[in-house]
Amino acid sequence: MADVENGSPTVAEPLDLVRLSLDEVVFVKLRGDRELRGRLHAYDSHCNLVLGEVEETIYIVDEDDEETIRTVKKNSEMLFVRGDSVVIIATTT
Amino acid sequence: MLFFSFFKTLVDHEVTIELKNDLSIRGTLKSVDQFLNIKLDDIHVVDEVKYPHLSAVKNVFIRGSVVRYVHLPANAVDTALLEDATRREAAAQANKAK
Repeated sequence: MADVENGSPTVAEPLDLVRLSLDEVVFVKLRGDRELRGRLHAYDSHCNLVLGEVEETIYIVDEDDEETIRTVKKNSEMLFVRGDSVVIIATTT
Repeated sequence: MLFFSFFKTLVDHEVTIELKNDLSIRGTLKSVDQFLNIKLDDIHVVDEVKYPHLSAVKNVFIRGSVVRYVHLPANAVDTALLEDATRREAAAQANKAK
């Protein structure tokens, strides 16, 4: 693991995959039927994140008619996301 | 420690904090601690009509665990520096785990 210091592309643990996504656009799934798409600028071991140029999608299920799902989109130029809401971090192609 | 240091660089900037109960509070970031608890000054609630109960409140302490998002001013964030700091922190963590 001596080569981890200079940021070489070794994947020894799951968070190394997230490290390889730094400065790339990532897809983040959150608790509460929320999803984010934005450029990853920072993360830590709690999965706290900082994303830039973020588009948030919120899925809202209609209360009396559970068939229809509304989506609300919001944009943010720079967003800190607390790690305890994060479910999935995925790279986008 | 990365985000603790990061938020310390944002003191005196205007931020919007979205809580897990959907309440959004805008104010000036006054202080932060290692749990990412946050003190805000000169606050106002973003949707005052829907949440009128804080309209008389000037300063708040927000427990870190109830925060969902913090909306930041993009011009206050040096993204290249932040990515470098993230890589350093990741390397330090990997060394600690050895």
